[in-house]
Amino acid sequence: MRYIPSSPAERRKLLQVLCLDSVDRLFDTIPEPFRLKRPLDLPPALPEADLVHHLGELSRKNLDPHDSAQFLGAGAYRHFIPAVVDHLISRAEFYSSYTPYQPEFSQGTLQSIFEFQTMICQLTGMDAANASLYDGASALAEGILLAHRAKRRNQVVVAGYVHPEYLKVVRTLVSTLGIELKLAPAGESGACEVDRVASQLTGQSAALVVQMPNFVGRLEEIAPLAEAAHRAGAVCIVVVNEAVSLGMLKAPGSLGADVVLGEAQSFGVPLSFGGPYLGFMAVKMEYVREIPGRLVGQAKDAQGRDGYVLTLATREQHIRREKATSNICTNQGLCMLAATIFMATLGKQGMRELSMQNLSRAEYAKAALKKIPGCRLPYPGPGFNEFVLELPKGATAVHRHLLGKGIVAGLPLEPYFPERKHDLLITVTETNSRGQIDRFVKELREAL
Amino acid sequence: MFEKSVAGKRGCDVPLWDGPNGEALGSGYLRDEIPGFPELSEREVVRHFTRLSKLNYANDEGPYPLGSCTMKYNPKVNEKVARLEGFAEAHPLLPPEAAQGCLQVMADLESYLCEITGMDAYTLQPAAGAQGEFTGIKMVRAYHESRGNPRRVVLIPDSAHGTNPASAHLCGYRVEQIASDERGCVHLGFLKERMRDDVAVLMLTNPNTLGVFEPEIGEICRVLHQGGGLVYLDGANLNAFVGVARPGDMGVDVMHTNLHKTFSTPHGGGGPGSGPVGVKETLARFLPVPRVIRHEKGWRLSSDFQESIGKVHSFNGNFGMHARAAAYILANGAQGLREIAESAVLNANYLRKRLEGVYHLPYDSPSLHEVIFSDKHLEKHGVKTLDVAKRLMDYGFHPPTIYFPLIVKGALMIEPTESEGIEDLDAFVDAMLRIAKEAEDDPEVVRSAPHTTPVGRLDEAAAARRPVLRWSPHTEKSRS
Repeated sequence: MRYIPSSPAERRKLLQVLCLDSVDRLFDTIPEPFRLKRPLDLPPALPEADLVHHLGELSRKNLDPHDSAQFLGAGAYRHFIPAVVDHLISRAEFYSSYTPYQPEFSQGTLQSIFEFQTMICQLTGMDAANASLYDGASALAEGILLAHRAKRRNQVVVAGYVHPEYLKVVRTLVSTLGIELKLAPAGESGACEVDRVASQLTGQSAALVVQMPNFVGRLEEIAPLAEAAHRAGAVCIVVVNEAVSLGMLKAPGSLGADVVLGEAQSFGVPLSFGGPYLGFMAVKMEYVREIPGRLVGQAKDAQGRDGYVLTLATREQHIRREKATSNICTNQGLCMLAATIFMATLGKQGMRELSMQNLSRAEYAKAALKKIPGCRLPYPGPGFNEFVLELPKGATAVHRHLLGKGIVAGLPLEPYFPERKHDLLITVTETNSRGQIDRFVKELREAL
Repeated sequence: MFEKSVAGKRGCDVPLWDGPNGEALGSGYLRDEIPGFPELSEREVVRHFTRLSKLNYANDEGPYPLGSCTMKYNPKVNEKVARLEGFAEAHPLLPPEAAQGCLQVMADLESYLCEITGMDAYTLQPAAGAQGEFTGIKMVRAYHESRGNPRRVVLIPDSAHGTNPASAHLCGYRVEQIASDERGCVHLGFLKERMRDDVAVLMLTNPNTLGVFEPEIGEICRVLHQGGGLVYLDGANLNAFVGVARPGDMGVDVMHTNLHKTFSTPHGGGGPGSGPVGVKETLARFLPVPRVIRHEKGWRLSSDFQESIGKVHSFNGNFGMHARAAAYILANGAQGLREIAESAVLNANYLRKRLEGVYHLPYDSPSLHEVIFSDKHLEKHGVKTLDVAKRLMDYGFHPPTIYFPLIVKGALMIEPTESEGIEDLDAFVDAMLRIAKEAEDDPEVVRSAPHTTPVGRLDEAAAARRPVLRWSPHTEKSRS
């Protein structure tokens, strides 16, 4: 086998040192009845060239990304990734190293985590961020658990349109702990109505959860929602699943959020059919000892040199075991590094311009699409790079028809909201050219 | 990085756009500039992260014998196939007819894992081993609930990974430890005594964290099943017996496996992982949704399973890791996978043989893929496990896992994996033997190690007392 460095002769030599006559003897402790008497029934081993060929063929069974115009987002976004990102994360020193448990041998990983934590804090307006979590959905579940611990309360008010897939994951992850989710539906505008949300908050509320921009693409008024949460003594959790929006939108921390969490896949992580992605969580200082996952802090060695270490580890499962507040063991190491490099490369100006341009392109598409006879925007208020378009007929069939023309016309909302048979959630990023948008408008007009 | 930032620099331009600019949102929504955010040229970004990378020790550089972590070689072709544009640019919510390639990779990997582990069905959704544990125990709970009583207790041997009790706790169970016997294995007597109808499941790591195969696994499964309980296998250590035996044949009902340990996905400095969970037919109806299913026109995702525990990931799990693991299985084939276990176990036993006596072996049960020593023989020189670990860095080796498993005082847990050749094994042994000698002759050089790394031992206690978790101009000033 090409990945094993020792030759058969060398292995025989090792066996001799162990005074064994066959490799099978190494497994004497496995009870005889359980030892496999046949080879595993797997496809024959492939040389590298054939392997690349085989998987190349499979990859081409997917829609060709170059020969299609895709307007699909809903929590996973196609953004341009500068070449430096993949180049740098492919350095073996990063990608083939382990969790930085031995700081003297891992300062590169540790410092990059520290830089990630810093930039996430700057973007969100928070005091401390962790080294990342699995994805946006589990970040939300962890945020709810944090509020549940900090407030010792069992109710969570979910305000308006929070990503439905996230809510499914939250239900799975927190359901056995007696946490109750109360939904405060959005108003006609697609955004939250503060009074309606406030009326759901009680002395039992651990947290208020609001997404910005929300699942139907609308911006929310965070400040009054945060105030309402605080009046009830609850934690205000703001979910961000399109991190690029943070380049232009006010930092949730400056509007009263206590916890900002979500998905940062948009920062240099490929779509990759759903993962690996990059959950993040940032908190105000009063919650820092409740934050799950890894944290990196500054430290000094005996000679006074600066360095970085994993810190506040007593919160973690490998120390606290059954008393742990979370079972999270990994972070999304390499995805987090990609995001760190992405943010550093775009920088202060680039982040803002990227964000502005997403808005511009989405506004351009929105203006053209709403002019198609029979189409309307049910939520015309302020948004970012996503919006709902209501068609004059069933959206699923139109969506399928346009797929045949090489256009992915967003996401039909019917599977999430059965009454919304005519609605598409449409996403436009900087990767959608004007030509693509114009073609989408033309084909949709013809399809209706 | 932040201190190098200069106003007006940038490392990337946004794409050209010849359309109109969007109408500005009201000032109620718009932020001022992002305070403190870096401004660097592309050149400086590359220099900075290249410099950082050189502060890391890497598996591609030399032995990295972290026990329980399995730092095996990460084949380069896996990186290539995961980045194929058809995969890397596939949106998770594409309609199935536009994502047949991804769905087939997932379906193939599920079927390979079923064959390799002897289980009946898999979910690839969990994003890491610990999330796999949670998913598995959640299904155990659903199974017992479907029979009218979720039961209360999860039994876990005292040698288990720390995530086991944490996962059980998050599923609403009370954790009870089962003490190990003198061999470091599950104490069958204690287990039989404790097994009553309040026990939902036993979470067993096999081979356990001492690298020892539980010889009574058949009987252990029988005891649990007779009492109406289930057996969860923490399959972290599947790499020790892949192709040699299958958990599904031993009576295990549900298990997870870590794709990075047995199937070579890179550790990436701490992730991303992937922790598929396999179940026997009795539990298949509780698997997370969506599941990949076959229909007349190919593959699709279905959530139409009423008794499913729900969803544990935003989308379909870490597909990029699934593609790498599938590539690894295809590259190896059945014979190659077995050779992995053979070589890994051979290497660990060779290290054991060469170091035994100089280093104290707390349990002398036969080892599989890893071997655990302790610092007992060094105590008289005032040298501890931590010192040995740090001194190894001076010799150019990553230290083994230390102070785990908890049942061994001063544990040094060494896992060479199949990826080390005889020369590197010997070089590692030589370093370990020299350190033992140094402990006798010049213990201070060991106690004050490392001497050659970019920084020395860092004051972690001070760092935790006054945590500095982000850069700020203020911290920069105080540092200089």
